[in-house]
Amino acid sequence: MSALLDRPWIWAWLAAFAAFAATAAISQSQGIAGLLVAALTFSAFTVLVGLGQMFVITLGPGNIDLSIPATMTLAATLSLKFMGGAGALALPGLAVALAVGLGAGLVNYALILLLRIPPIIATLAASFVYQSLAIWSNRGLRIKPPDLLSDLMLGRTLGLPNVAYIALAACLLAWVALERARYGREVTAIGQNLRAARFAGIAVERVRCATYLLSAALAGVTGFLLACFAGGAALNMGQEYLLSSIAVVVIGGSSIGGGRSNVPGVPAGAMFLFLIVSMLNSYGLGAGVRLLLTGVIIVGIVALGTRSRTAR
Amino acid sequence: MTPRLDIRILLPVLSLAILLAAVFWLQPRAMSYLGLNLLFNLAVPVALATVAQMIVIMVGDIDLSMGAFVSFVACVTATLVVDAPGLGYAALAAAILAYAALGALIEARRLPAIVVTLGMSFAWGGLAVLLLPSPGGSAPGWLRAVMTVKPPLVPMAVLASAAIALAAHLVVMRSSFGVLLRGLGGNARSLGRAGWSPVALRAAAYGLAGLFAVLSGMALVGLSTAADANIALRYTLLSIAGVILGGGEFTGGRVSPVGAVIGALTLTLAGSFLSFLRLSPDWQIGAQGVILIAVLAARLLFGRRAR
Repeated sequence: MSALLDRPWIWAWLAAFAAFAATAAISQSQGIAGLLVAALTFSAFTVLVGLGQMFVITLGPGNIDLSIPATMTLAATLSLKFMGGAGALALPGLAVALAVGLGAGLVNYALILLLRIPPIIATLAASFVYQSLAIWSNRGLRIKPPDLLSDLMLGRTLGLPNVAYIALAACLLAWVALERARYGREVTAIGQNLRAARFAGIAVERVRCATYLLSAALAGVTGFLLACFAGGAALNMGQEYLLSSIAVVVIGGSSIGGGRSNVPGVPAGAMFLFLIVSMLNSYGLGAGVRLLLTGVIIVGIVALGTRSRTAR
Repeated sequence: MTPRLDIRILLPVLSLAILLAAVFWLQPRAMSYLGLNLLFNLAVPVALATVAQMIVIMVGDIDLSMGAFVSFVACVTATLVVDAPGLGYAALAAAILAYAALGALIEARRLPAIVVTLGMSFAWGGLAVLLLPSPGGSAPGWLRAVMTVKPPLVPMAVLASAAIALAAHLVVMRSSFGVLLRGLGGNARSLGRAGWSPVALRAAAYGLAGLFAVLSGMALVGLSTAADANIALRYTLLSIAGVILGGGEFTGGRVSPVGAVIGALTLTLAGSFLSFLRLSPDWQIGAQGVILIAVLAARLLFGRRAR
């Protein structure tokens, strides 16, 4: 039991369960099953981008990918345009989204390496350009995703939403990559001590490059899935993921300073974020109060969570 | 030491001069009192927000809630300050205190400023929506008068920018308070050893940033005569870009207040330049990104040569 309580992600899960119970208690109309399905569906997208952000954050102080929202929007716009609603192009469409993501990741890393600027600024500056590209190619665009894909995204298997399975698979892969694969050990080593990692013979730049590629590729694919889910690409579709992708990593108990990350906390953080918002919703609060409380709760959690970890 | 310092201020000045020359070449009529005023009008709130961001960056943090906070201040100014001035100014003072409290919280609990300010951007956005659910409000009379005053020879926007740069320079570079704040960004631990309270200093830095951000929101309302909850959301990115353009660095408390104001002017001018080029507004944000990248690349090139 005490071993379980020592896990950094346990608090995120407890908080998520508490938020679930509190929300289920007040929302009779929706029912517990409905709430669970909604929570799994909407947090799945946050989990996917959150995992990419987690690997980036693991790299150490200053490593944060701020281009995730713009990459999502750009990948969604271009892939939907490419498919043009044709179901036969579903897989090539996914490939386009993946390629856009990888391209964005490559540009991000090239800027970090060549200009020797903090990743926050590099990804921020690059995201301006991606956002502009998306606006330009999205102008007046109302392309629906192929029915095949929207059915898949909205559908359920064994009572649970399909997107939740995708997120679960991504979590398992990310767990193996972080805890069991050489890549994860190297990312963690770099985050704990860059110089020591370099002396230990780790190809630091190659690992960093792979990490930014991974984050952007996940953002691209998530943008694609989200657009299929929502029935089209909107220019502001990625906006909320700027905060949530970072917040779920921190709420999940990973260190924002890098070098200490965990995968199980990410889905818990994502569920918690969604449940908090839906709890405020079911109290019938207006948009203003909802936003205000969301912000205050996030800051509060981060303040408390960070404290309990440094105290140890 | 001196050549490095020169380059830090030379590059922003040069980029502004080149951009200004390009604008005049494309549109010679802009080379007048009225033209300059139009070009730089919106630069005043951007410059104030950039100085606020610069102070946060100077102490080693980054403020991702700047746009939401300036929007919130604009909403307070356009509603409360007009309808109930006493309450309105008290709310603005409370907002500055809240900023100082955030700084203290970040230092005392060693929180990641990025996450705290991102979270706060929701809180400020929520408060703004509560105050002003739909665009509206009006500017206080005196504020409108200040922002539209027409001094002889030099347009208000240029004079105000110079005044902001001077004020920020005096506080940050010339006062002992500024030295302490820069020291906090350079080496917080050694300041602590010297007997200063890092918590109080970070609170002071955030409070000062909050003051400039409040002025930014007020100036914005003075110009636009109305507000809405999303009026200044792009200021977050603009202010960070302005600091970088102006030669600020992310570590060690190395910033340049004059450079930051020039950076803000450059970014404002870039917008007008693109519209003179008849470039589609789709590319406005992208062009700001490209300018940012280009300046960083130029800085790397010059910086290397100087060493």
